[in-house]
Amino acid sequence: MTALKYLAPATLKEACALLLEHRDARVIAGGTDLVVQMKQGEARPGCVINIAAIAGQDAINYTERDGLRLGALVTMTAIRTSPIINQKYNILSQAAGKLGTWQVQNRATIGGNLCNAATSADTIPALLALDASAVIVSAKGEREVPVEDFFTGPGKTILSPGELVAGIRVPPLPPHSGGVYLKHTVRKALDLAIIGVGAVAVMDGDIFKDVRIALGTAAPKPIRARNAEAALRGRKMDDNIIEQAASAAVAESSPRDSLRATAEYRRELIAALVARAVRQAAEQAG
Amino acid sequence: MIDGAIPVTLRVNGDDYQLEVEPQWTLADTLRERLGLTGTKMMCEQGECGACTVLINGLPVLSCLTLAIECQGMDIMTIEGVADPQTGELHPIQQAFVERSGMQCGVCTPAMVLTAKALLDENDSPTEGDIRQALAGNICRCGNYKRIVECVQVSAEMMRGGKAHA
Repeated sequence: MTALKYLAPATLKEACALLLEHRDARVIAGGTDLVVQMKQGEARPGCVINIAAIAGQDAINYTERDGLRLGALVTMTAIRTSPIINQKYNILSQAAGKLGTWQVQNRATIGGNLCNAATSADTIPALLALDASAVIVSAKGEREVPVEDFFTGPGKTILSPGELVAGIRVPPLPPHSGGVYLKHTVRKALDLAIIGVGAVAVMDGDIFKDVRIALGTAAPKPIRARNAEAALRGRKMDDNIIEQAASAAVAESSPRDSLRATAEYRRELIAALVARAVRQAAEQAG
Repeated sequence: MIDGAIPVTLRVNGDDYQLEVEPQWTLADTLRERLGLTGTKMMCEQGECGACTVLINGLPVLSCLTLAIECQGMDIMTIEGVADPQTGELHPIQQAFVERSGMQCGVCTPAMVLTAKALLDENDSPTEGDIRQALAGNICRCGNYKRIVECVQVSAEMMRGGKAHA
């Protein structure tokens, strides 16, 4: 790797000022994506800004009223093992546990997984299905942006110079909710998703009161499958309606051919995994 | 602004090392090239193989994707720190690997032992599934997985005070 300047701000305010001053900087947290990109020459930052020393950024807070608030530095291991996340937002623990390997999960952060903006990022379909928002700070203050609006393309986000993701907010889930993240890979561990599907269902008996479906690696950025959701909302669960939702999800996706799989195979997977995820989420909601 | 070499103190296997590191140096490079601790192996250097695993504050991490400068104040354990520092007596996991041929070419072994140690430190009675899941990020190109899993099972028994030897 080429020579670097290194900055380690102690506060969010200081970090934002440094980001504004050093336009060629990249933020480093766990480093599990950025260091690989630097080694491969895909990223050549003039300096790295290590935010690991900023106090409180690894906090997990939950209240019944406001839901979950994660600091940007919360690791995948912390999400996978947190009792409150396992209990209230199990889909997120599932996703964190499917990302990389134990070694990667011990360093990789939720803020990093978001900001790396890979369409295959495992936590993002879960965050989309949970209707989560990114909490963004800058010298001007704080703003909240739905995760759905956060990405502009592969590796690209809406962050402006001087802005930093400080955390994630996940609204509370109503009673009778269930959520699953399904990931199809060739290898069981340490593999990128060929397709990832997150689904959250809120049930009223066997009626879909509300449902959110999100797809990873199905388009240039992670997407919500809104037509599939609309096909289910307010309807009674049966094979026919789930089939319709799965077809809608395929129609609103735009997967590509890549080394890992053909677009055709990915479309088959989207149909199969959306149907499976919706069924499992509804069963969980019980 | 910090530019060029930066002084850091790295705590490795219980000893403090004061040295100057360049910001782009990985922990793996620094352990091997500056501290001479070559038990940490570097293979893929992209976070895919797990051979560079060390323990930071007791948890396995990839030293090839961790910058040395980020490790100030953290407790780092490499394979050189696993045996008893006074007597040199092997850790039960090392003992099991020796006695039951847990290694073939040996390149993945330091990382396998460290990841297994982190697992057994938090779960003294792992199932075979727990062991396979914990070691999923450690690739053995000799394909010795069956014996490696057995070694971890046997060493878990030893550590629980069952058998004195593997």
